Amino acid sequence: MVVISALLVQAVQMVTVVLLAPLLTGFIRKVKSRLLRRQGPSVIQPYRDILRLLRKEVVLAENASWLFRVTPYVIFAVTWVAAAIIPTFATGLMFSWTADLIAIIALLGSGRFFLALAGMDVGTSFGGIGSSREVMIATLAEPAMLLIIFTLALVAGSTQLSTIAAFMTSPQVGLRVSLGIALIALIMVAIAENARIPVDNPATHLELTMVHEAMVLEYSGRHLAMIELAASLKLQLYISLIACMFVPWKLAVLEAGLAAYLVGLLAYLAKLAVGGTLLALFETATAKMRIFRVPEFLGAALMLGLLATLLLFVSRSL
Amino acid sequence: MTPAVVMLLCATAFLGTAILAILAARSDRATQVIYGTSLVVSSIAVATALVQLVAAISPTSASTLTLPLGLPWLGAHFRLDALAAFFLVVINFGGALASLYGLGYGHHEHAPQRVLPFFPAFLAGMNLVVLADDAFTFLLSWEFMSLASWALVMAHHRAAGNRNAGYLYIVMASFGTLALLLAFGLLAGPEGSYDFAVMRATEQTSSTAGIVLVLLLLGAGSKAGLVPLHVWLPLAHPAAPSHVSALMSGVMTKVAVYGFIRVVFDLLGTPAAWSSVVVLLFGGATAVLGILHALMEKDLKRLLAYSTIENIGVIFVSLGLALAFAANGMGLAAALALTAALFHVLNHSFFKSLLFFGAGAVLVATGERDMEKLGGLIHRMPFTSFAFLVGCVAISALPPLNGFASEWLAFQAVLQSPELPQWGLKIIIPAIGGLLALSAALTAACFVKAFGVTFLGRPRTLVAGQAREVDRLSLAAMFVLAALCLLAGILPGIVMDGLAPVTLSLIGARMPVQMGVPWLSIVPITETRSSYNGLLVFLFTAFSASLTAYLVHRFASRALRRAPAWDCGFPEADPATQYTAGSFAQPIRRVFGTLAFQARERVDMPAPGDLRPARLAVVSRDLIWDGLYVPIAGAVGFIAEKLNHLQFLTIRRYLSLVFLALVVLLLVLALWS
Repeated sequence: MVVISALLVQAVQMVTVVLLAPLLTGFIRKVKSRLLRRQGPSVIQPYRDILRLLRKEVVLAENASWLFRVTPYVIFAVTWVAAAIIPTFATGLMFSWTADLIAIIALLGSGRFFLALAGMDVGTSFGGIGSSREVMIATLAEPAMLLIIFTLALVAGSTQLSTIAAFMTSPQVGLRVSLGIALIALIMVAIAENARIPVDNPATHLELTMVHEAMVLEYSGRHLAMIELAASLKLQLYISLIACMFVPWKLAVLEAGLAAYLVGLLAYLAKLAVGGTLLALFETATAKMRIFRVPEFLGAALMLGLLATLLLFVSRSL
Repeated sequence: MTPAVVMLLCATAFLGTAILAILAARSDRATQVIYGTSLVVSSIAVATALVQLVAAISPTSASTLTLPLGLPWLGAHFRLDALAAFFLVVINFGGALASLYGLGYGHHEHAPQRVLPFFPAFLAGMNLVVLADDAFTFLLSWEFMSLASWALVMAHHRAAGNRNAGYLYIVMASFGTLALLLAFGLLAGPEGSYDFAVMRATEQTSSTAGIVLVLLLLGAGSKAGLVPLHVWLPLAHPAAPSHVSALMSGVMTKVAVYGFIRVVFDLLGTPAAWSSVVVLLFGGATAVLGILHALMEKDLKRLLAYSTIENIGVIFVSLGLALAFAANGMGLAAALALTAALFHVLNHSFFKSLLFFGAGAVLVATGERDMEKLGGLIHRMPFTSFAFLVGCVAISALPPLNGFASEWLAFQAVLQSPELPQWGLKIIIPAIGGLLALSAALTAACFVKAFGVTFLGRPRTLVAGQAREVDRLSLAAMFVLAALCLLAGILPGIVMDGLAPVTLSLIGARMPVQMGVPWLSIVPITETRSSYNGLLVFLFTAFSASLTAYLVHRFASRALRRAPAWDCGFPEADPATQYTAGSFAQPIRRVFGTLAFQARERVDMPAPGDLRPARLAVVSRDLIWDGLYVPIAGAVGFIAEKLNHLQFLTIRRYLSLVFLALVVLLLVLALWS
């Protein structure tokens, strides 16, 4: 019985994340449009886009190899697996021990590795520019992320997300400077990882300002649908990650009963809405920065991460 | 027959093969015979060493043997314990696959008599280093290994740059052996006991231990490629034939790591805490600088050689962590860090051999090592490119392959550092952890470049467009290694349990048994703290990817049309418009290179109306070469110049010089006592 309910919760989580991801993207677009006093497309527009793309034929560049065709599914699969392990509405998921936080981040790194390769596969200059910039951003974002994980792991004594979430809800966590710094750094990394303003612009149509969009320029049809879905999923994943570690309120624990799960789900939706609104506000208020400003932005995140870790070494209560 | 006898017989068989090769090198079948024999002998050696590692009665038991060779009062001591057995597995497994690859690749060798005799001799040398149980045998075998590999580096001595590489290699190798000689001299003490058993029993004073550690870092570090002693490595490793490059990078650097572990963890006794700081700093610097150099490289084999330097850095960081924990009596954490180091030794031997084999296949198919002249090989060489891709993912420390498993263990060891009492270590270790993460991220960037520029895109030259897939034996060697990269990645628990005897014998502690954990996860400390399951990550990813692909093709659309590339409406037919290795690395060069290489870009833009082409020049310097080696070479040259006229003295002056020297020596002796 315990196994069946755990399996059920895990399955619900897996389906929920995929179903909700385009909604979050649509919601953010809607909020951004309203902030710019535009009507904007409906919140369910991303679903329509993905369905339409799925039904269209793929126009494949003559030079594209098998790697180019496999990559969209690989990226979607690794993002999905990572998103399925992060607690969204309940902790203690059946397979939460499969990968700890370090492994989840590395798994997303695998997805990026393949996307960067796909950018170079057709042999166009735009694909190359996107890939080379993406890996440059990643070389700074990944160490920053790891230092943030060090901070959290030192505070909670674990790299396991369920344990971290449980620790953060317990009274012993208190107010800590190191956690505050880590949160700021994590938000900066999340913005860079998801190719949002000010690092990259998801809505740009100027090729030379693109990073992520330049890499996927040659994709079309169902391949593009998978990549778009994976990108939405990744954005949602990072918001879930921040929510589960820094605002783990109303997270249902294992065997908590249906009511607790429903409360957890509602709380999760609220957290997504708040996260999405804040992101839209932030994006409307800032301008995209020049590509060689990004290292400074991410270097700041890296230093904040190191600072947070070192503070913990000075005193475990900071 | 004890295992030690079997291993020695294997080493003798390698030597016999070498002699056979000298006699029969010019015959037509020599290549098959020599590599075939090496393959058989290495396979026997792998089996013996594996049995000794896994099935030994107790982890501290060892199989010893003394032969009446070498120094008359000492004899030649050999010993096969858990540590030696593990490294013998690495060496001989690398040897077996290099032989298998050589069976196919060796046919393209235009002067086989320059390679065949030295290949088995090199394997014999590496085996003997690890088996040696006294300083004399160790140094003799070490020097033999160096000379055999030097001969292999010089195999293509007519190619540009190779003689220079060989010269630099032999100078650095001699310097390394000198440092080891002094280290063993100190360890032997005034009685001159060169037997390792005696050294193990003697407790060294802390000053002696400190000097020995520094000498070891110089001696073993110069062979392993620790910064700043790495300069020979990226020149010498690529100069050898590719299967030998694989052996040198994947295996010989590990023999150096073995030498370091043997002396520092086994012979020196309990280490001092400060010693770990030195090792950590050198390791961290090596990791980051090695991979930054690799990123700037255009030559595929040199890129791989620089990446070897990075991996050696990662291994030394883990060894430094193990030293820090062992110095403070934290057995479990030390076992975790040491397991991470040894696991990475094994992993690196897998994927680096694989990548060098792949580079060799590209070299055979196109005659090019320069990535700027390759491209599009994924269409022409599908199997090689698949195996190479597996190697790239593995070396970039991406789950679910093996590189990630050992990096993950290293990060878990870093997270144990708050328990340490020393403040210096507490502050350094998180920073080193950051460097480790930085080097992992840079590695991923580097191998996106290596694979993307070499195998993807469109062919940049005619030869790349006409490349042909290589022979089946070479492919078999690559695919065995690729399969092992996956297996070690999804079943890391087996490897970690296999390493337990080594950590038990060296630091008296081991990690918890992993094979009993449900679902074959690995749990270094406790499950609430951290766990990782490569098998499930692999299965989930593979399953969800195939499920999605199936559903999409079944229910949505499977239509596909080939068309010219879109490229925003301006597709350019010339393959020169693609991103090259240099342009791919440009953003990273701007971010890191301005500091690490003092890289400067100079744009020469002609005025409007001027018909001169615009030029972009990049100037970058190797600061270590310019700052350390050029002054040393200058000083040596200066002294040699000054002493030169001693060559042309009359006999009278020579006699007075001898007399003067005698007087000075006697004076010194008188003042000393």
